[in-house]
Formats: sequence, structure tokens, C-alpha cells
Amino acid sequence: MSSIQLLLQVLQQRKQKLEAGGKKQYHEKLAFQNKLFVRKRLELLFDNGEYDEDGRFANCLDDDLPADGVVTATGRINGQTVCVMANDSTVKAGSWGARTVEKIIRIQETAERIKVPLLYLVDSAGARITDQLEMFPNRRGAGRIFYNQVKLSGMIPQICLLFGPSAAGGAYIPAFCDLVIMVDQNASMYLGSPRMAEKVIGEKVSLEEMGGARMHCTISGCGDVLASNEEEAINLAKQYLSYFPSNYQEKPSITAGKNPKEGLQLEKIIPPNQNIPFNMYHCIDSLIDMGSFFEIKRLFAAELITGLARIDGKVVGIIANQPKVKGGVLFVDSADKGARFITLCDAFNIPLLFLADVPGFMIGTKVEKAGIIRHGAKFIAAMSSATVPKISVIIRKAYGAGLYAMAGPAFEPDCCVALPTAQIAVMGPEAAVNAVYSNKINEIKDQNEKLAFMVEKQKEYQEAIDIYKLAAELIIDDIVSPHELRSFLVSRFEMYETKEMTFSSRKHPVYPV
Amino acid sequence: MKEVKAIMAGVVLMIPVSQGEQVSVGQEVIILESMKMAIPIESSEKGEVSEIRVAVGDFVNEGDVLMVLK
Repeated sequence: MSSIQLLLQVLQQRKQKLEAGGKKQYHEKLAFQNKLFVRKRLELLFDNGEYDEDGRFANCLDDDLPADGVVTATGRINGQTVCVMANDSTVKAGSWGARTVEKIIRIQETAERIKVPLLYLVDSAGARITDQLEMFPNRRGAGRIFYNQVKLSGMIPQICLLFGPSAAGGAYIPAFCDLVIMVDQNASMYLGSPRMAEKVIGEKVSLEEMGGARMHCTISGCGDVLASNEEEAINLAKQYLSYFPSNYQEKPSITAGKNPKEGLQLEKIIPPNQNIPFNMYHCIDSLIDMGSFFEIKRLFAAELITGLARIDGKVVGIIANQPKVKGGVLFVDSADKGARFITLCDAFNIPLLFLADVPGFMIGTKVEKAGIIRHGAKFIAAMSSATVPKISVIIRKAYGAGLYAMAGPAFEPDCCVALPTAQIAVMGPEAAVNAVYSNKINEIKDQNEKLAFMVEKQKEYQEAIDIYKLAAELIIDDIVSPHELRSFLVSRFEMYETKEMTFSSRKHPVYPV
Repeated sequence: MKEVKAIMAGVVLMIPVSQGEQVSVGQEVIILESMKMAIPIESSEKGEVSEIRVAVGDFVNEGDVLMVLK
């Protein structure tokens, strides 16, 4: 064998060894945990399973550290170029050494230069304590990963697929991503493990309670989508990406339009009685292309629905009140959810559709103590500063600051229209009559007389806020019949496609948070 | 023992189940009125209503236990 053949053979052998990852026992552990090997994940993720890898020989002089526990790669998903970093939990539990961190930083720099989405496939025990001086405090240490994430936020889509733990500092990778998909039972996020919590603060708790996927997707809001297994998580990430351009300078791709789900008629879905709940999902389904809804944070703050959809093939971000949950009232968490989603869509040129049926923001001691005012301000600030096309549809009611949050007329929506069922007011008729006439109502002793008085005043109030009065005053731009709403939206979104605006000139706002 | 809690503050408008009754997952067990809206509270568990801790007209705060199932 010639010397060059020998060298090629050595190269081939070393590559194969690297690509096999960690020891056999760790691969067996993966199978036991219902997890896939990192290279299998990448194969499923990329078109034809093909990708270009960088820094594969990182730490190759150490037999125990193939690729230094992370694969960084560039390939295509649905034809769109994307960069990926993926932990290998068969190598020292996916922990971070100096080369691991350097590789992650480099793939971030690559994604920034070529302006493409970056996916983080996380399954890591965190820092290698033995290597801390080389990877923790320095200029190109782990901190730089988070710094870069913050810098890239809004420039390119950043998505986290959480397959295993993301512990302590590592938990900030998902926190700085646009979307976090968590695999039920396996994914977790926490600053301190249950073992640490017991030692340091005396709390005894399971891992699932402390930072499990379900907890984060329903209670903390740190997770956006709960997947039942890894294949599903990977498919969800691909689907999500199909709604996004590669970067903030481009627009989302347009696909062939589809009809909405059959058998849904808006006029039948919406009860005319303002106080009776209905299911807003039916309303959304009647407007969007069938099967096109990608919901974000379905399990969290369900009184507000946020998700991406297509209407006649074009991507829109939908923010809709859900009267079936908590009456559609806005709370601290739903305000955060709305603010976050609006920011996401605005960053990547996705037009916004607001579907309002909102009694207002919640009141009472519980929410005041939780800071409902500053959280509501966050929602209103995000909505105000969004410069993508905004259409606000008052489906049934918009009371108080609920009207403001849902892109009411003062917030420069490109149009604000109402269905004939709509009521817009500072508050609903019952509340208004009680507020304005409370002395008078208390004075009336006879119960029947009292009731008659209230009914009469409520009727007067209803007349005063009649939707045609608001249209006559040019407060709303049109009254649309429910069966024409979809075609109205198609033509309006097309009309506003060329919209360009600068919201304000300054360094940045002082964000309400 | 499973507790049914108030998902938000409000006044108890209706209690459509009674003590000893079997309830299923997703069944409306209490209806609150809050923010002038009817707010159905569904049971997240299956079980028998062993205790009802509130009466129609009571104010309840978010997180208060309304009913106990066994």
C-alpha cells in the first residue's frame, strides 16, 4: 500500500471512529431512554440526511472525546439552508469543554455571516467542571454563546429542540431562542437540579416537577411546544421553519392556497349573547387554510391563542382571545404570551391578525400583586411597535384596555373592522350601569323596580355603543359579514404587502417588562 | 383526594353537580361569574364529589379549593 493510501485509510478510520460517538454503554443508555443518537437526529432533520460538518476533529487526540461532544453542521431543511449545533450525550453526557464551546460559537458566527436560521439540538449535562478555566469565564467561553444568541435574536430564527437536560447555565440556550420544542419525559430545564435544591435550600422535589417538559410548557412558559417523542419534535421544527424567511431581510415563502376546514360557519360559531363562551379555535379554522395552524404555547395561558397560519397560502401570525378559557380575559401570562408572539412575527416580516373577543384585563388583588399593569403594558408596547401589516377584527367584544391590546383603532392597525355582533366600549353594559348609577340603584328599595331600572339603563347603554354608531364616527373602518371575513382578509393582507414604516427613531425604547 | 380549584377570581354562579355524584374528565363542575362572563370550571380528574366547599354567591380567589373529589 502506498503511503498516500495509508494516510487516506487512517483518515477514513478516524472519521468513522468519531462518527460513532461515545462508548457502547452510553448508546445502550440512549436506547433505554427512548433517545436517538445525535447523528441519527441530524439525519432525520436534514433533507436527504446530508450535512456539512465543521470541527469534527475537535479534541481528537483524546480518545474519549469524539468531536468534543457536539456536532456543528450546515445543511438544508425543506430546501432552506440552516446551521445546527447538536450535543452528543454519549460523550461525557454532552457536557461542554473548551472545544465544545468554541465549536458552538463558530457555528453561531457562521449562521450570522450567511444569514440563515440556527437550530440548537440540546442534550447536555452542562459545563465540564474539570475544564472550567478554559470554558467558563473567558472571552470565548460559554458566556459568549449567550451573548451571540442575544445578538442574533431577531436577525435569524433561532430554534431549540430540547431532547434531554439543559442544566444551570445551559438552560439559557433555550431561553434565548425564538421557539423551544421539548420532548415529554426526557427534556428538562433547571438552574439547580433537585439534588442541589435539596442540599442548598432543603426542597425535596422530582425532576419532572422541578423542570420537566410538561411543567415548562404549561406553567413557566419556558417551553413552547410539547412533543411526545424525538421524531415528532424534529418534524415540528421543520414545520415551524416553513413559516419563516431565512433572516429579517427576507419575507416568508408563499405556498398554494387551500380552502378552510369545511362545515364551519362563523355566524353559527359565535353566540350573540356576550357572556356565553364559544370555542375560538373553530373561528380560526373557518378563516385559515386547512391544516395550516402551527400553534405556539398551546398549553400555556390558554385564554389567548397565538399561532402561525396561512391564509390563501400567505403566512400570518394570529393572536386571538379564547372565550372558552377564563372568559378570554387577559392575565399576566397571556399578556407575556401575546407580547412575545407579536415580537416574533414582527421580527421576521409576518403580518399580524388580531381576533378580539375580550372582556378586558383581569382585575383583583391576585393579579395586581402579580403586576398585571406592567405585563399588560408589555403586550401593548409590543403590539404598538410592530410595523408589519396589522389587521384587527372585533369578533364579539373588546372592552377596556382589551381593545388596546388587540390592536384597536388608536394603535395604527392597517384596518380595524367589526363583525355585526361586535361591541366596543370602556366596559360591558352591566358593569357600566353599575358604575354610573350605583347611588341611584342603591336608593331604589323595590327589587322589581330596581331590576327594571337597570334593564332600561343597560338598553340605553347598548344603543350608545351600537356598532353602527362607531362606524358612523369612523372609529372602525368597516362592518364585515362573517361569511365574507376570509375573503376580506385575503384581499386586505395582499393590499398591505408593500407597507413599510419606521415606528420611531431612537436607540431603543425603555421596555416595560 | 383531588381538588378542583378556581382558575380565576369570581363569584360562584352555579354548581351543576352535587355531593356523591360521579364526575368525568372535562365535565363542568362549577360555573363562576367573573368579568361579566360565565367561566366554566372543568374537572381535570375522574371521581366522586366528596365535598363542595363553596356556595352560590360566594367570592372565590384564584387557586381557592372549590370542591374535593375522591
